[in-house]
Amino acid sequence: MKDTVRPPWDRSRTLAVLTWAYVIWSLVPVVIAIAFSFNDGRSRSTWQGFSTRWWTGSEGSLLDSDDLRQAIINSLVLAIVTIVVATPLGVALAIGLSRWRSRAASGSNVVMLVPLVTPEIVLGASFFIVFTQLYTAVELGRPAQIVGHITFTLSFVVVIVRSRLASIGTTLQEAARDLGATPRQALRLVILPQLWPAIIASIVIVFATSIDDFVVSSFLSGPGSDTVPMRIYNQARGGATPALNAMASMMLFVTIGAIALALGALAVARKRSGGRAAAVEDFTGFSV
Amino acid sequence: MADTARRRDRQGLWAALTLPGTIWLIVFFIVPFYAIAAVAFGGFDPILLAPEPTWNPLRWSFGAAREVIDSIFGGPLQPVFLRTFLYVGIAMSLCFLIGYPVAYYVARRAGRWRTLLLVCMVVPFWVSYLMRMLAWVNLLNPQGGWASDALNAVGAPTFFRWFGLSDGSEVWFGQPVTVISGLVYGYLPFFILPLYASLDRIDQRLLEASRDLGASPAETFRRVTLPLSVPGILAAAVITALPMFGDYYTNTILSGSPRTEMIGNQIESLTRTIEPQRGSVLVLVLSALLFGLMAYYLRITIRTGREANEARA
Repeated sequence: MKDTVRPPWDRSRTLAVLTWAYVIWSLVPVVIAIAFSFNDGRSRSTWQGFSTRWWTGSEGSLLDSDDLRQAIINSLVLAIVTIVVATPLGVALAIGLSRWRSRAASGSNVVMLVPLVTPEIVLGASFFIVFTQLYTAVELGRPAQIVGHITFTLSFVVVIVRSRLASIGTTLQEAARDLGATPRQALRLVILPQLWPAIIASIVIVFATSIDDFVVSSFLSGPGSDTVPMRIYNQARGGATPALNAMASMMLFVTIGAIALALGALAVARKRSGGRAAAVEDFTGFSV
Repeated sequence: MADTARRRDRQGLWAALTLPGTIWLIVFFIVPFYAIAAVAFGGFDPILLAPEPTWNPLRWSFGAAREVIDSIFGGPLQPVFLRTFLYVGIAMSLCFLIGYPVAYYVARRAGRWRTLLLVCMVVPFWVSYLMRMLAWVNLLNPQGGWASDALNAVGAPTFFRWFGLSDGSEVWFGQPVTVISGLVYGYLPFFILPLYASLDRIDQRLLEASRDLGASPAETFRRVTLPLSVPGILAAAVITALPMFGDYYTNTILSGSPRTEMIGNQIESLTRTIEPQRGSVLVLVLSALLFGLMAYYLRITIRTGREANEARA
C-alpha cells in the first residue's frame, strides 16, 4: 500500500537519479578543490601530478607564506573571541528571557530575533557606517570585526539555548527553590548543568558561522585583518597558486575537527546531564 | 507578603541576566541601523567629501534619497534592480525545481540510503561558502578548467545565448548564467533542508487515507502532499531569497562584470568607497523591499519556537 502512494514522476528512477546527481554536483567540486591543493604545478585547474609543495616546504606554500598563515590566524582569533563573548552573553539572555515575565522581556524576545532574519549585507553596511561615523573609537579591523561577529551570532546562541530551556522545563528549578536554594544557587546548581549540551551546540554553531562569514568581516576589515574567506574572495580570480586551495582545505579540516570534538563533548555532556537531552535535537532544532 | 518579595527577587535575577545582551543588541544592532538612516537622510561635507550624519530626525533632508529613487525608476540603477529580480527569480525557480524533488526523495523514498543522503545534504553547511565558490572558479577557469572545457565541448554557450543568459563566449566568467548557477549552487542546501523537514513531518497515514479513498498517486500528491508542504516551501523560499537579494560576493567572484551587477554590488561599492550616503539610501531601499520577507521569516521563527515549547510542555 505504502509503495503506491507516490507522485507521477516517481514511476521510473528519475527521483533517485536526480537526488544522487544533486549530491554529486554539490560535493564533487569541493573534493576537486581539495585535491588541487596537492597539485604539483602552479595551476588550480590543470592537474600536474601529486605534491605537498603548496602545503609546506616551498616558497609560497601555506605554512611558509606569512599572508596565508595570517589569514588563518585572523579567522581563528576572531572565531574564538566571538565564542568567548557571545556564548555567556547569549546564555544569560536566553535564561533571562525564558524566565522573566514582563513586557520588556517579550519586546526583547522579538528584537533578539531580528538579526537572524536581516540580510548580511544590511548588517555589514550598517556596522560599517556606525563604526566609521559614530563608534570611531572602535578601530576598523579586528576590534570592529569582533563586535560585528558577536552581534550577529548572539541570536544563534539565544535560540539554541532557549529551545533547550523549554525542553527541560522549570520543575527542577522550582524544586531547588522549595528546598531552600536562592535563585542564584538554583541557576548555578540546577539550570546551568542541564544546559551543557545546548552550550556546546551553540559554541559549534558560533564557530562555524564566524569562520564562514565573509560579508561582515569584509565590511569591517582594516589593514592586515583579512580572514580566510576574504583571502579567497580577493585572490580566487587572480593568479593565486594552489596554496589558496590548501588554505581553504585547512580551514575545512579545522571546522570538521571542531565538529567532531563537539560531538564527543556532547556525548560526555549527555551522559552527565542525563534525561532525554538529545544532542541532535540541539543542533537540528536550530537549523530546521 | 513573603511570596511577593520572593517573586520580586527571583524576577530581579532574570531581569539582570537579560540586561547585558539587550544592551549589546541596542548599541550594536539598533543604533547601527539608525546610523544608516542618519547618513542616508543627513548632509554631505563638501570639503572633507564625507557624509555628515544627522541624528535628529526632524532635520533630515531627503535630497540624496530622492536622487537614488529617481535613478531606480528610469535612471542608471533601473537595470541593476531589474537584473537583481530576474536573477533571483530564475535562481529561486531552479532551487524549487531541483530542491523539491530532492527533499521529497530524501524524506519519503530514500529507504536505507536516507541517513547517508541526509549527511550529504548537511555537509555543504560545514564547507565555507567562499570555498564552494572557489571550487567553481577553478573549474570554470578559461585555461583548462574541467567544467569550462566540458561545457564548451557540448556547445553550452550557444544554448545559453538562446535564453539571453550568455553572450555565447567560451569564457564563463562574466556571464549571467554563471552568476545564476552560482546562486543556485550556493543557496540550494539552505532551501532543501527546511523543505525536507516539512515533508518529513507529513503524516504518512494521510497519504494512505487518500489512496484508500480512491485518489490516484498523482492526485494524492497534488491534493495532499503538495498543499501540506506549502509552509515548508515558503519557509525555504524566504530563507534563500533573503541572502540572494543582498548577495554581491557570488556575483563578484564568478563574474565581476558590470553587465551582471546586482543591488548588493552597488551597496557594497557605494557604502565602502565612493559614496556612503547613496549606499545607505540603497540599504534602506533594499530593507524596505525585503521587509515583507523578513517579517514572514520572523513570524515563522517565533511560531516554530512557540510550537516547540508547547510540544515539550
